[in-house]
Amino acid sequence: MPVNVDIEKIIELLAKRDARGIAKAITLVEDNLPGVDRLLASLNPKNIDACLVVGITGPPGVGKSTLTGELVALFRSQGKRVGVIAVDPSSPLSGGAILGDRIRMMEHSLDKDVLLRSMAARGKLGGICGSAGAAVRIMASSGCAVVIIETVGVGQSEVDIVQLADLTLMVTAPGMGDDVQAMKAGILEVADLIVINKADHPGADSAALDMEAVLKERGIANSFTKVHKTIASEGKGIAELVGQIQLLADSFLESGERHKRRLKAHDMEVFDWAMEMLKTVVEKEIADYSAEKRQDPRLKANGILSQIMKNE
Amino acid sequence: MSDVRKMRVLIAKPGLDGHDRGAKFIARALRDHGFEVVYTGIRRTPEEIAAAAIQEDVAVVGLSSLSGAHLRLFPAVVEALRKADAADIRVIGGGVIPDEDIPILKDAGIKEILTPGTPVDQIIKAFEDACER
Repeated sequence: MPVNVDIEKIIELLAKRDARGIAKAITLVEDNLPGVDRLLASLNPKNIDACLVVGITGPPGVGKSTLTGELVALFRSQGKRVGVIAVDPSSPLSGGAILGDRIRMMEHSLDKDVLLRSMAARGKLGGICGSAGAAVRIMASSGCAVVIIETVGVGQSEVDIVQLADLTLMVTAPGMGDDVQAMKAGILEVADLIVINKADHPGADSAALDMEAVLKERGIANSFTKVHKTIASEGKGIAELVGQIQLLADSFLESGERHKRRLKAHDMEVFDWAMEMLKTVVEKEIADYSAEKRQDPRLKANGILSQIMKNE
Repeated sequence: MSDVRKMRVLIAKPGLDGHDRGAKFIARALRDHGFEVVYTGIRRTPEEIAAAAIQEDVAVVGLSSLSGAHLRLFPAVVEALRKADAADIRVIGGGVIPDEDIPILKDAGIKEILTPGTPVDQIIKAFEDACER
């Protein structure tokens, strides 16, 4: 692929809310190509501020993509333009990935007001907050009133990704493990709403009780600690869930919680980009020093960093 | 920062044919060679495939057909991409395709046709070449 991309053309297409322009802009960010700074500076801050960013996470196979597809349909029925960023893991061996979230959302593929982008985590050092955050803003800037970030909730970097969101849904299903699983550190600690999908399957009620107990122990006893049950494949429970999402989003906006979260997300993204940029420099230094390997690794790292800071 | 651009491709099955073992095999082989592969599943229309390819900003669309409808469906995807001002996204076709149909498909803008028995390295190479624009 040619590296000489026409930034002006992409910015122009972006302003027209053109799907190709949006897609090209996200690639520019993902591949960290020249001109990306100019592009990001051209985004519309008013649209970004008005956008609701929803994070959806949970174990594999609980129906996140199907639920996301249903949420998209409901937001569309309200006349809202919706963006979806579906993050899947990259293979640690080949660096490749299979991005299959579209399969469950193809009903929206011809709708010009639904933008869906699959992203691979690409094994980046600071997670992919930097590129995912930029993709959220590109979609928001192009008029998306809602952007959903969907990711498999298995590791730290996924927890980081959903922290880019204004509020986060954790989706699980009956049979995904008992309350001890649910007590393990991680995603449950950052979830604002908990959804038991596949609620027609046996064990849904006990799964809901387990989750409710976990929420109570977290000590946030408010009306949002109720566990939601959905059957995404039949569209059941979706309207109630969207109602709760909107109530919670409004309350966060009013209380200043949303502002606080956006600031935190901003810092996280800055850190992510900085680590990514530093990585290139450090890797080059390591390559340059490779002839002399006897020094202690920690000492060498210290030396490299001192060198970099002196050069600044 | 990566100075190499990641190869992104889309694998799709147009039409009513529901046999996707081949398409999934290709998707896995491409993943194992470092490609990011968007898979859209079975029974897609040419317009859906073109719209997905644009939103995902892939360089190449790989189509699989085992039903015999390739003469109609593969050129329809090329046409849908052209209409959407995305003629630079290349199309590769694979599946059960008689030899005499291959020149017809190539004339219609399909870059490469890969038939059963093609070694996997050759398939990867075809996608790599198509990613080089």
